Amino acid sequence: MIKTENLTKKFNDIVAVDRLTLDIAQGEVFGFLGPNGAGKTTTVRLLTSLIAPTAGSASVLGYDVGRDDQNVRRNVGILTETPGMYERLSAWRNLTIFARLYEVIDVEGQVERYLRLLGLWQRRDDAVGTFSKGMRQKLAIARALLHEPRVLFLDEPTAGLDPEAAKLVRDFIAELKSEGRTIFLCTHNLDEADRLCDRIAVFNTRLRVVDTPAGLRRQLYGRQVVFHLAQTAEPFVNAINGLPYLKQVQAVDNKLIVALDDPETYNPELIRSLVAAEANIQFVGELRHSLEDVYLQLVG
Amino acid sequence: MEKIKTIVAKEWAEVFKNRLVLFTVAFLPLILTALPLITLGAMRNVSGEFNEPPPEQFLGELCQGMSELVCTQVYMLNLFTLLFMILPVMIPVTIAAYSIVGEKTARSLEPLLATPITTVELLVAKAIAAVVPAIVATWIAYAIYLVGARLLVDDEVFRHLLDPLWLIAIFVVGPLLTLLAVNVALIVSSRVTDPRVAEQLSGVVILPLILLVVGQSVGLVLLNRQLILAIGAVVILLDAALLYLSVKTFQRETILTRWR
Repeated sequence: MIKTENLTKKFNDIVAVDRLTLDIAQGEVFGFLGPNGAGKTTTVRLLTSLIAPTAGSASVLGYDVGRDDQNVRRNVGILTETPGMYERLSAWRNLTIFARLYEVIDVEGQVERYLRLLGLWQRRDDAVGTFSKGMRQKLAIARALLHEPRVLFLDEPTAGLDPEAAKLVRDFIAELKSEGRTIFLCTHNLDEADRLCDRIAVFNTRLRVVDTPAGLRRQLYGRQVVFHLAQTAEPFVNAINGLPYLKQVQAVDNKLIVALDDPETYNPELIRSLVAAEANIQFVGELRHSLEDVYLQLVG
Repeated sequence: MEKIKTIVAKEWAEVFKNRLVLFTVAFLPLILTALPLITLGAMRNVSGEFNEPPPEQFLGELCQGMSELVCTQVYMLNLFTLLFMILPVMIPVTIAAYSIVGEKTARSLEPLLATPITTVELLVAKAIAAVVPAIVATWIAYAIYLVGARLLVDDEVFRHLLDPLWLIAIFVVGPLLTLLAVNVALIVSSRVTDPRVAEQLSGVVILPLILLVVGQSVGLVLLNRQLILAIGAVVILLDAALLYLSVKTFQRETILTRWR
């Protein structure tokens, strides 16, 4: 669906995107994370044929960026960083303009469909200037979907929204995912990326890493199991330290944190060893690092 | 064609919901129609000699066989009619200058450029959206001026207003000048980041016409058929060159990335 090969963009001497190579499959929600100024928006602009690459190549839906720009634009949807609506015009008018520009056949039908879907139907005749930020964002999402694109680029879709509006937008993205659309999601919201994305790329001018959220955690921290004991954990470190499959054992208060590759296989034996050493195990669980930890480790 | 129609309709909807722009479009034609008619009305009541008759050098070319009153009225009509060539240049500058830079400030340019609209379609639509209201407003104002002048001046004087020279000036050269002003405004609008700067820079197009008015009023130049046709020919060439230039200089990437 989306392929890039050493995609590079320079503005004079400044390299904004450096040799980016990606392969995003159909129906995938691909998170694109990076700090401000990392080149995320430039990448979106490259992949939507708004700007041309300096070097390398990219294709979206089989259309080459830089050669088939009209087809790229015709077949992708984009939610820009700021909604950029025509404030004096109504929601209905805003959407009909874009439906016509995207050559939608049933303009009125599609506009009505998305206004209803995003809960804006009652306000369709109101000037967009009177809308709240969340409503504008929803309208901008509707605009990106009017022509039913199979690939969607969302640049910070929940930025600046209140929790309720952000949840609504996130739920809607999940719904789009279930329809099999490919979504390229730029976000700062790591929890959002964790929940929605099949794979995540951490990017800062160059691609740092691409993997599933779980894969990223594994890459950085390995797998860790935590045993909550009824007593201080320190005395039990020696009881299990000699086991060959353990990578690291750490005691923190009444918690025993154990790093190992395959907890599903080795946990039963580990639990038996601890019980034999008279540990009173209250809970056992996998220690899950937040994506924020992973992200900060990678871009920090 | 559908995309051009869509953008034109969008531009008009936005312009006519903006009272300030609407006022600019309506106010100038009203003033430039009322002022000449008031002056012509005042001249009707003048008897005897004028304090400031037409410049000497025009008397031979313009006023052969006319009384001083008739000559002065024809001379004034000449000057006033020139204003109707300035009008279609002044009106669209506000609309056209705002058209690209306005989209930039509203951040609506990026979603617009992300659609499959071509640069030519976009610029043609923006130009039409600015040119048509200016021409229509000018022609309506000129029609009112003609009706008013018919009531205020003698047949002999009024006949001069229907001279093909003026009909060509108003109905051919005027629209060509409008297109010129709009093209300049679009080029400027594509390259600056502030609507006020765009409007000020685009307004420079009016200067040659103002010089023409001043030149005629001080006797340096008389707007005759040859001059009108020469202006028309030059403006056609300029229009073609500027149309080409506006498409060439409209760099989507520069417009999007230079804007902060």
